[in-house]
Amino acid sequence: MSKNYETVIGLEVHVELATKTKIFCGCSTAFGGAPNTHTCPVCTGMPGSLPVLNKGVVEKALSVGLATNCKIIQNCKFDRKNYFYPDNPQNYQISQLYYPICRDGKVEIEVNGNKKYVRIHEIHMEEDAGKLVHDPFTDSSLVDFNRSGVPLIEIVSEPDMRSADEVIAYLETLRETIQYLGASDCKLNEGSMRADVNLSVREAGSEEFGTRTETKNLNSFRAIARAIENETARQIDILESGGKVLQETRRWDDTKEYSYPMRSKEDAQDYRYFPDPDLPPLVISDEWLAEIRNAQPEFREAKKIRYKEEYDIPDYDIDIITGSKKMADLFEDTIRLGAAPKKVSNWLMVETMRLMKETNTDADHLTFSAENLAKLISLVEKKTINGTVAKEVFEIIFRENIDPEQYVEEKGLKTVTDTGALNQVIQKVIADNQKSVSDYLGGKEKAIGALVGQTMKAMQGKADPAEVNRIIKEELEKLRDQ
Amino acid sequence: MDITKLTAVQTGRLIKDRELSVEECVNACMDSIEKQDGNYNCFVTLDREGALKQAKEVQMKIDANELTSPLAGVPCAIKDNMCTANLLTTCSSKILSNFVPTYTATAVEKLQDVGAVILGKTNMDEFAMGSTTETSYYGITKNPWDVTRVPGGSSGGSAAAVAACEIPFALGSDTGGSIRQPAAFCGVTGIKPTYGRVSRYGLIAYGSSLDQIGPLAKDVTDCAAVLEAICGHDKKDSTSAAGLDTDFMSALKDDVKGMKIGVPRDYFLSGIDEDVKKHVLAAAKTLEEKGAVVEEFDLGMVEYAIPAYYIIASAEASSNLERFDGVKYGYRTQSFTDLHNMYKKTRSEGFGPEVKRRIMLGSFVLSSGYFDAYYVKALKVKALIKQAFDRAFEKYDVILGPVAPTTALTIGESLSDPIKMYLGDVYTVSVNLSGLPGISLPCGYDSKGLPVGLQLLGKAFDEKSVLRAAYSFECAFAAERRLPNE
Repeated sequence: MSKNYETVIGLEVHVELATKTKIFCGCSTAFGGAPNTHTCPVCTGMPGSLPVLNKGVVEKALSVGLATNCKIIQNCKFDRKNYFYPDNPQNYQISQLYYPICRDGKVEIEVNGNKKYVRIHEIHMEEDAGKLVHDPFTDSSLVDFNRSGVPLIEIVSEPDMRSADEVIAYLETLRETIQYLGASDCKLNEGSMRADVNLSVREAGSEEFGTRTETKNLNSFRAIARAIENETARQIDILESGGKVLQETRRWDDTKEYSYPMRSKEDAQDYRYFPDPDLPPLVISDEWLAEIRNAQPEFREAKKIRYKEEYDIPDYDIDIITGSKKMADLFEDTIRLGAAPKKVSNWLMVETMRLMKETNTDADHLTFSAENLAKLISLVEKKTINGTVAKEVFEIIFRENIDPEQYVEEKGLKTVTDTGALNQVIQKVIADNQKSVSDYLGGKEKAIGALVGQTMKAMQGKADPAEVNRIIKEELEKLRDQ
Repeated sequence: MDITKLTAVQTGRLIKDRELSVEECVNACMDSIEKQDGNYNCFVTLDREGALKQAKEVQMKIDANELTSPLAGVPCAIKDNMCTANLLTTCSSKILSNFVPTYTATAVEKLQDVGAVILGKTNMDEFAMGSTTETSYYGITKNPWDVTRVPGGSSGGSAAAVAACEIPFALGSDTGGSIRQPAAFCGVTGIKPTYGRVSRYGLIAYGSSLDQIGPLAKDVTDCAAVLEAICGHDKKDSTSAAGLDTDFMSALKDDVKGMKIGVPRDYFLSGIDEDVKKHVLAAAKTLEEKGAVVEEFDLGMVEYAIPAYYIIASAEASSNLERFDGVKYGYRTQSFTDLHNMYKKTRSEGFGPEVKRRIMLGSFVLSSGYFDAYYVKALKVKALIKQAFDRAFEKYDVILGPVAPTTALTIGESLSDPIKMYLGDVYTVSVNLSGLPGISLPCGYDSKGLPVGLQLLGKAFDEKSVLRAAYSFECAFAAERRLPNE
């Protein structure tokens, strides 16, 4: 490469909003379901049907807009985007072009300790399309309209990003914010968060933008990073060999790790946008906006500061726990049930993280309840079970969310508190393991471990190891005195 | 007694008094339709079996005193662009020639709720695009006053069926005059309510910002009764308005003393038949003699209404009709090579020439590069027309004028010249652009014996003033009122 190039990236991010019903009808938004069971005349585009806006969609869009520092357009409108495709039952999509609900926002990102803002051009609301399913038996395509009318917001950034790292940081920030709001689960692999990458390259120091391409079909952060690298290299190659980058839409194939053109600017469709006459202008009153603003949750940065002050746990722990809304909720709920913050943090940081790694589970998919974790912590506190047993029980809680109190009872895992029985066993272990006894008395203090182990084994683990250790030490010291 | 000559409210009263059974009324209408409709072609679909079944159920409810509406048990017909569950709904188009809806339009459901009995679906211009009912896939509807003439349109089937005494009343829809103009051509009475007064849910859209459902009936009283039954807010239609002042029957007073009526001078300057002008101005005189304060004034913007209307209505139609693509319902072409070819052939074969003309016109005015010059400009004109009416209604309670510049045209006359047909909408389209209520009722007969229509317009949601003025005129005109073939 003879020159230095700079990559310029802007993103269009689609986020499926987590409302129970669709944007313009009362049908369920639940994922899955037999084809065409979550449908009605409205979301299948039957003649004569009319859209009625779901207020919940507006509220979620507003909460995202406020969290990303946008200006709220209190008199916004819906427009029709006209194009023919069988998954689009009306052959127009109801979206917002002329007056989107939010404009001019910004999000702070951090890459390698450097902070910067990515500006948001706009956020608009729109409806999702259905899904085409190819039927190999009849060699025909079938349409499933369950997803038709599921609410989306599209977050359009300004071309403010300069590297794949910045793009990932921006997406992670958006995802975390939206998850904290409960506005969406933002799963890239399930399509509830989708990102299209607008990318161009230019000579470093140049003020003008190069010709950009748009890359679609990016289903993971890794795919996005790879596609950015690939597209940057492709465009630089073209420029280096004296060619011109074509303005076009490209589709990324993640298994083959390359993109190919879908359509050029010349075949770009004319969507003939115009205001949808079926939906009156949406007026967002000051009162309504204030209600949304007051209901905004505590975001990660605020949580971090509060955890430090209130719970006094290490920064590293705070960073991990607040990294996911789910984890932070679990943490706070368990504390609310009476568990000590440090204990809760330990369970999350050590055993939970270990099992998450082992089972390849991310924090958003944790299934155990705060109640059961709190009960477990309390069982240990009260010495009803010992630490080893607790770890075993936690693994079952992690996997099946069982009630630890009931489980310990049923499986007979309680620590034996009958000191008579324990003393008897200890006496026998001391008598049977004279070598270890003499080692200990001879100064090898570690030899006590073997005796504790033997005792725990004889007790089938149902003794408090610290207590066992204490009694054995006492007994051995008695021997020394004799 | 000839049941078919009765008005809807008269029929309802006799049913209530047990002088007539619902079944008798249904059979009388069915017989009248069977006897005459071969000549007029008012109906696309007849449902005798379903109607008799409804008649039985309604009769039981009437006998149990569960139905008290003046329309309980009264037969009616529905324009074929309103969805009726399990009953073919075609929009008089080949593309919907096999379409049976899964649900019923709100306005139709409301009629059924009060006990009206639906006999069938009436013919119309394809997708309500036309002013003559000549563009229907199911053939031309003929005017009962003269079968060589058109009944007007697009609700021509509904208007002609009422005029021919096939049915006491019918629902129509009005986007640019489609209730009022056929009412005028057929000598019946029809109301286009204020935009938002009647739910559009289940009305297959032509121009969504202009469409309204309304009644076509024998007289003003029937129109008031039907409007009272079908109006009201519907949570399924975001553009429908909450029920304000809906006791329309109470507005039927033969009293216009002190009512201020404006007559736009610019409606009578050119292009209007002398006969029409004469009768409409005579109607103004009649109301003046009854105590109304009648005054001529300049409305303004009249010449801009037609271009603005055809741009806005066609733009919306081009988008509204995109859903008819052969994928989900309706007609699909027999053979095709790929998806694009299927769309193209289905729509080429499924739509008639007038519909295609408006889809092309609408797509053009919305396309990039032309949007501002046509669509946005038309919206500005629309706002100015509305302002002109607002100004007029600061001074007047009601505006009086003609419905159409001519009486019923002969069949084929306007098909060859669409622009001429469009110009015939000059007095009606501005009312839709402004969202105002308007009534059309007979006010005389021209030299050929054809009915002349009178149009009365009111402020938004002030149907009551319009009804009162219309009712008063109707009382004065009663002696001259005729039926076809009389």
